[in-house]
Amino acid sequence: MNDALDVALRIVIVFAVFMVLPLVVGQTEHKVMAHMQGRLGPMYAGGFHGWAQLVADGVKFAQKEDIVPAGADRKVFRLAPAVALLPYLLVLVAIPIGPGEGAVGQVVDAGIFFVLAVMGVGVLGSLMAGWASANKFSLLGGLRTAAQLLAYELPMLLAAASVAMAAGTVSLPGILDAFEWWWLPWQIIGALVFFVAGLAELQRPPFDMPVADSEIIFGAYTEYTGLRFALFLLAEYAGIVVLCGLTTVLFLGGWHGPLGADGLGWVWTLLKTGILAFVVIWLRVSYPRLREDQLQKLAWTTLIPLALAQIALTGIVKVAIN
Amino acid sequence: MPPIPGSGLAKGLAVTLRTMTKKTVTAQYPDVQPELPPRSRGVIALFEENCTVCMLCARECPDWCIYIDSHKETVPAAAPGGRERSRNVLDRFAIDFSLCMYCGICIEVCPFDALFWSPEFEYAETDILDLTHERDKLRDWMWTVPEPPALDPHAEEPKEIAAARKTADKLRAQQEQQAQEAQQAQEAQQAQEAAAEADAAKPDAAKPDAAKPDAAKPDAAKPDAAKPDAAKPDAAKPDAGEGDA
Repeated sequence: MNDALDVALRIVIVFAVFMVLPLVVGQTEHKVMAHMQGRLGPMYAGGFHGWAQLVADGVKFAQKEDIVPAGADRKVFRLAPAVALLPYLLVLVAIPIGPGEGAVGQVVDAGIFFVLAVMGVGVLGSLMAGWASANKFSLLGGLRTAAQLLAYELPMLLAAASVAMAAGTVSLPGILDAFEWWWLPWQIIGALVFFVAGLAELQRPPFDMPVADSEIIFGAYTEYTGLRFALFLLAEYAGIVVLCGLTTVLFLGGWHGPLGADGLGWVWTLLKTGILAFVVIWLRVSYPRLREDQLQKLAWTTLIPLALAQIALTGIVKVAIN
Repeated sequence: MPPIPGSGLAKGLAVTLRTMTKKTVTAQYPDVQPELPPRSRGVIALFEENCTVCMLCARECPDWCIYIDSHKETVPAAAPGGRERSRNVLDRFAIDFSLCMYCGICIEVCPFDALFWSPEFEYAETDILDLTHERDKLRDWMWTVPEPPALDPHAEEPKEIAAARKTADKLRAQQEQQAQEAQQAQEAQQAQEAAAEADAAKPDAAKPDAAKPDAAKPDAAKPDAAKPDAAKPDAAKPDAGEGDA
């Protein structure tokens, strides 16, 4: 009975975080992007500086007609948004927010494997949407998604492997337990590679070739409206939360604060995640979209060699310490 | 020296971050009224009390958007035996703002200062025909005409004020001269009177102090003694008076 209650509580909390944090990131993006462009952003919804803009957007999306194109593969078309969104919920379960067993949805022994594998599934949603829409632009978007997935999964995995090597474990709480402050400079290249590759995987600008609204009209999402489209958008912001959380846990020491154990672990995790989310928004505002070939070039000629170099460095230091 | 690789990326990030800390340029228009520059060309207001129906504005208007109707009225003679005068009375003054191109020629050309620029700009209509505004509306806009902006420091005086000042200066000089003449005449008269009195009071010259105050006021008495050059009344000198007597 007590176990059931515990599980239910954890699920509710994870679900609440999953629903709230992406909206917070989305609202922050509205406002930060606006101010970086000398604008004010939403000002009306909710009264105070448009805080309820995304709620209003949600209401709008819910009211829209749910259209499935005549030539579409109806089942796949309808399933795609769920496939895009749910993996991020599953990943969130495994991310530790503070020290100890109480601060993680579920301790997964092979945490890194689980997290990266499930995150990869999220991209599948875009592929399904692109293929099932029976639309040339969507298909192009889906193909670009596939190419991007192939190119960027590899550096991401390699960078994560470097951390696993350093910690000697693939469990996320285990990595955090082993974390020392000097890992930060040690793994900095890996962190950058992981973060950039993660951005590309989320199809966030400047790596938003697959959606490229000015070229292929939002790619795989061209034919989507209403709630299903909203789910895709939510998946994007949930992806930001997950990516920033993972980067925090793997490379920035998660709940470790600069003053040692102070009982504020979850604050540190949230703070680091928030700063990273700000950087994600910042990059989006600052840089133009890469061209498709530049995107591939960056992955294969820069990120993968860097990730391999990081692994080599990790190995050398590890051996030297032992 | 070649630029450090990636410095361009950092520069881009710096630009957006700096912009974020600056004040935004968004104008929250319906909530906050814009701060319009002086002499904004919002709408043309009519000060119909000044209008003499000379029709110059309607004739100069490049796109013929000013409509004026009027009739003549006879004004009875002001003085008995005078001539009756006729006067133009404005019946209709309308500007079609769907045609108006805001050139301001009508305002420039009006010799009687009956047309003004007003910064008021919120008069959009849903029907283009409603953009023809009649004299009452144009007169109402007169209340929104701002005071003319102040002159720059050391600017040349406006012609009107310069002319007015010239007239005023002339008038003041004239008045001063008149006052001076009047004063001179008065002083001369007073001196004469004083002399006459002194003559009459010669027998008891033992107390001239008693005789002076009542007749000659200090202004008349001082010039004689202290500064004869400053005192114009050279004619009013006591000896002269005595000589006369």
